[in-house]
Amino acid sequence: MEPLDIDLEEGELELPAEPMHLNMGPSHPAMHGTVRIVLELSGETIVKADVQVGYLHRGFEKMCERGTWAQVFPYVDRLNYVSPMLNNVGYALAVEKLCGIAVPDRCQWYRMALGELARISDHLTCNGAMAMELGAFTPFLWFVKAREMVWDILEEETGARLTHSFGRIGGMANPPTADFKAMAGTAVNKILGLVEEGERMLLKNRIFIDRLQNVGAISAADAVSLGWTGPCLRSTGVAYDIRKAHPYLKYDEVDFDVPVGTRGDTMDRFLCRLGEIRQSKRIIEQCIERMPDEGPINCDDPRVVLPEKSDVYTTIEGTIQHFKLIMEGAKVPAGEVYSYTEGGNGELGYYLVSDGSGTPYRVRIRPPCFQITGGLHRLIEGRMLADIVPTFGALNMIGGECDH
Amino acid sequence: MSQLALDKLKARFGAAILETHSNFGDDTAVVEPGQWKAVAKFLREDPELDFDMPVDLCGVDYPARGDAGRTEVVMHLYSISKKHRIRLKARVGDEDMEHAELNSVTSIWPGMNWLERETFDMSGVRFRGHPDLRRILMYPEFEGHPLQKTYPADRIQPLVPYRTEEEAGVPLEKQAPFGPDEGMAFGRTKSTISHDEDN
Repeated sequence: MEPLDIDLEEGELELPAEPMHLNMGPSHPAMHGTVRIVLELSGETIVKADVQVGYLHRGFEKMCERGTWAQVFPYVDRLNYVSPMLNNVGYALAVEKLCGIAVPDRCQWYRMALGELARISDHLTCNGAMAMELGAFTPFLWFVKAREMVWDILEEETGARLTHSFGRIGGMANPPTADFKAMAGTAVNKILGLVEEGERMLLKNRIFIDRLQNVGAISAADAVSLGWTGPCLRSTGVAYDIRKAHPYLKYDEVDFDVPVGTRGDTMDRFLCRLGEIRQSKRIIEQCIERMPDEGPINCDDPRVVLPEKSDVYTTIEGTIQHFKLIMEGAKVPAGEVYSYTEGGNGELGYYLVSDGSGTPYRVRIRPPCFQITGGLHRLIEGRMLADIVPTFGALNMIGGECDH
Repeated sequence: MSQLALDKLKARFGAAILETHSNFGDDTAVVEPGQWKAVAKFLREDPELDFDMPVDLCGVDYPARGDAGRTEVVMHLYSISKKHRIRLKARVGDEDMEHAELNSVTSIWPGMNWLERETFDMSGVRFRGHPDLRRILMYPEFEGHPLQKTYPADRIQPLVPYRTEEEAGVPLEKQAPFGPDEGMAFGRTKSTISHDEDN
């Protein structure tokens, strides 16, 4: 080896005085492949962050203007692909508000039970993925195992694991299967067992807690003025949950709490989601207890609901009605409506404009995580580079709905 | 739920509130475009109204209206404390979307920043005084605004080959040191940066 004889005065290391630019994503494992953050760094501290979205823009809103009202369902499935059932139900409720129809009680309980299952799946994915991005792979497997149980039920009910397209204007595609209540009842207990095991591994881990606590904190007033909703807003202490504040379906008849945080940091967002999984379990148990076993699942409105298959094949009226609903689409009265439900990430709104024809004039989707991602730069500016991963992970940005 | 807000708006702004309705329980006020920001500020600051949450902003295109305000900019607001909502609309732009401009309300609600960028990107409404009005979902070279009814749904725009900002003539919002194959597993063009000098 050569002796170390460098003249220190001559070879003095010059640290760059200019900020360094770093491109984080879209091809970065923690950026879901859909977000790019252009960072201006001073050392490891973030001076300025420019969050760029749009990599998954698929033009939903334009496509919705081409088909019938019912053909929008497959598109909304692909908005938040972690909890498609909530999107389905949200859109169905919006069109029903415009048509002025109400679905039967049985369908309302069914929609709630399926929606809460989807919410569990959403929160499990978010928390599990965030833990995995921080290096804790085992809890992720626990959470995904629990999510599999949710998807097994949804597959049994709808025939599809991910993109169900199960909602219909005025009801659901199929009534609940005979096993639904038993399956959901046993699954929620098993899911909760897995969640508790997974969270024990995380919440006793000093490294995990240190990386979450006091990272990415935001005040309640800031979160509201940014338009944040859902668990991200509730982590700041604002107990705004649409299921409580403006109940839809049967949420005013069930008993559940709204978990809120205190500091609005990443840890609170993580804990809020875990708390909501428990509340969802409570709601599901009440739904399956109160959902009638018999009765219609679709409302009795021939303007929007397809006739029975037996009528379609045997009567001319049924055939015509079926043909008109499929080919021309249900005629939705002219007008405009804004309908909002509590999605996995917060307020999922649909602003629909109808000109009275079978095709939507405008379908505006208000995805919760567009606003949330819009506030991301506030959380990370001034923090360290490594804080981006847990902060971004806990926001649960879903490319499909954020980028429309 | 916020008939109160409509009443207060009419009392305060009078003729600038062009029409109101409450179809399906959604209270709506159509505002004269020039008063857009003033109305927004009033809704935010009035203690009885206290609309502190920007819920949504979007554009709806009505080409049939011609010069009488072709695009409708629709804003939804919510108040956490009062639990009420309002929808605010302004009709802007003529037949060719000239003068489709509104004052930005980003200074009132920071959350409007991205929503205004999106409305600009998708519907072509420009917001005066917006701190950073550039496309958000589409890429900078994209021509037209896809959610205008006159934009054909089947129009295909070519992938843009790599070019520098000078060649493009528009700011590409890219910063050094990203090269031609940025973000691609396989470069679209052969890298022009030579590594021979190091050896």
